Amino acid sequence: MAKQYETVIGLEVHVELATKTKIFCGCSTAFGGAPNTHTCPVCTGMPGSLPVLNKQVVEYAAAVGLATNCTITQNCKFDRKNYFYPDNAQNYQISQLYLPICRDGHVDITLEDGTVKPIRIHEIHMEEDAGKLVHDDWEDVSLVDYNRSGVPLIEIVSEPDMRSAEEVIAYLDKLRLIVQYLGVSDCKLQEGSMRADVNLSVREVGATEFGTRTETKNLNSFSAISRCIENEIARQIDLLEAGEQVVQETRRWDDNKEYSYAMRSKEDAQDYRYFPDPDLVPIHISDEWLERIRSAQPEFKTEKMARYKEEFGLPEYDINIITDSKKLADLFEATTAICNQPKKVSNWIMGEVMRLLKEKEMDAADISFSPENLAKLIQLVEDGAINNSVAKEVFAKVFDEDIDPDKYIEENGLKQVNDEGALKATVEKVIADNPQSVADYKGGKKQAIGFLVGQTMKAMQGKANPGMVNKLLQELLSE
Amino acid sequence: MANVISDETIEYVGILAKLELSEEEKEAAQNDMARMLDHIDKLSELDTTGIEPMSHVFPVSNVMREDVVTNGDDSENILKNAPEEKDSAFVVPKTVD
Repeated sequence: MAKQYETVIGLEVHVELATKTKIFCGCSTAFGGAPNTHTCPVCTGMPGSLPVLNKQVVEYAAAVGLATNCTITQNCKFDRKNYFYPDNAQNYQISQLYLPICRDGHVDITLEDGTVKPIRIHEIHMEEDAGKLVHDDWEDVSLVDYNRSGVPLIEIVSEPDMRSAEEVIAYLDKLRLIVQYLGVSDCKLQEGSMRADVNLSVREVGATEFGTRTETKNLNSFSAISRCIENEIARQIDLLEAGEQVVQETRRWDDNKEYSYAMRSKEDAQDYRYFPDPDLVPIHISDEWLERIRSAQPEFKTEKMARYKEEFGLPEYDINIITDSKKLADLFEATTAICNQPKKVSNWIMGEVMRLLKEKEMDAADISFSPENLAKLIQLVEDGAINNSVAKEVFAKVFDEDIDPDKYIEENGLKQVNDEGALKATVEKVIADNPQSVADYKGGKKQAIGFLVGQTMKAMQGKANPGMVNKLLQELLSE
Repeated sequence: MANVISDETIEYVGILAKLELSEEEKEAAQNDMARMLDHIDKLSELDTTGIEPMSHVFPVSNVMREDVVTNGDDSENILKNAPEEKDSAFVVPKTVD
């Protein structure tokens, strides 16, 4: 009988924090500047320069720790991790080894079959990002841009508690939501603001010892992570089945080739020679400070879901989608607070908002229209000032340009015609012009009325009140 | 000297520190390192029960700054530190993984 294998996976997740400045200097963290325009002697590792810690980084890191049930290390400090690579001008990365800011936490993940499984978090530490290397096409050189050097990161290190790609994705999604709700990072995998390294080993089912693990880097999308995990499980099982050994090594995933390759072999495994950074004094997080961070914790997805159900009576499916993005949840709450019509707001989000996001290949986080304008639009429909199809047209404008719906329908003459006299004249003309449909309707083909409604709406440039048109047609046709 | 630094160790430390040492330099470094370790052994003779590990030499903590941008574009000056510059980047020997 073939051997049965079990996969053991632990994750190191790097999250880029959404601070305005770098972790140890007052340089901007903004994306997209020309090379080295966001640099100074500190983040380019000039001798004699001194790092000064950004307070916001400590608060963000502790906030993530609290949200992931960690114990906060109230006396912590920074260490130097020594390595030589041109992306790091100091020849060391300032990180935390001995006293990481958070320890011993966990998050609960919900799997497809509904089971809830805790994934333990070993630690979360603060550190700095490195610069970016671009390889020159013409000469045998590399070009270094230190704009990213010193951008604050937290590294969330899990215990080896995951057993499948599904669990890994559920865990990452949970972290993404926590981090997004806290507002400590925009968490866009594609832009590298959240990246995962996968530590994976396989062992025979029932074995008590872990197998030899490999670490795969460079994973920046959920689908790449899934593919890489499946690929690495198969590679390791093949090795074991062939009687060979898995070599402990770091591998790099190439998503285009769907293949990973070894980066460093065991022979030159890194020896980082960590030691406390003498340039940075210890951090003391007092009880009061910690309490302030704790009291600023937002309502997270799970609590929000329960509240939406209780307070607004929305369907679970809708609640799940709306709370899956902080932006959508904020939009829902702000719009509802203005117009007090939670079901209508939810319907707009689930319908037109989701449709336009998909059509424009946008992320919910990129939504830029104001809740005020969506609330106005909902109120206009409610008041019968515009009908649903006009409302959708106007909403497309709100979505793109955040226009004021009141002004827009006024300026473009889109107000719904509710004047029975005006409608009746048009309906009578439509009846006169379409004797065939009228005959069909009278002959029992009730659906023929749909065509007549359509013709009336067309004659009124879409502005007629469809309910009134329907009622008028029925009245006039039964005469 | 109680401690002896092996040839392998000095070789490894040299690799980590990116130093190329001549035979004489290696021998001198082996001697220096052995003396340093002897000194550490001497320190270990002290009874440190109940003493918190010192994380910094000064009794100072929480030196922090607010998250406010204070630095503008100083790339012109920063790039003067580059041995070679191209397209406003530091030029280094080709480095891949």
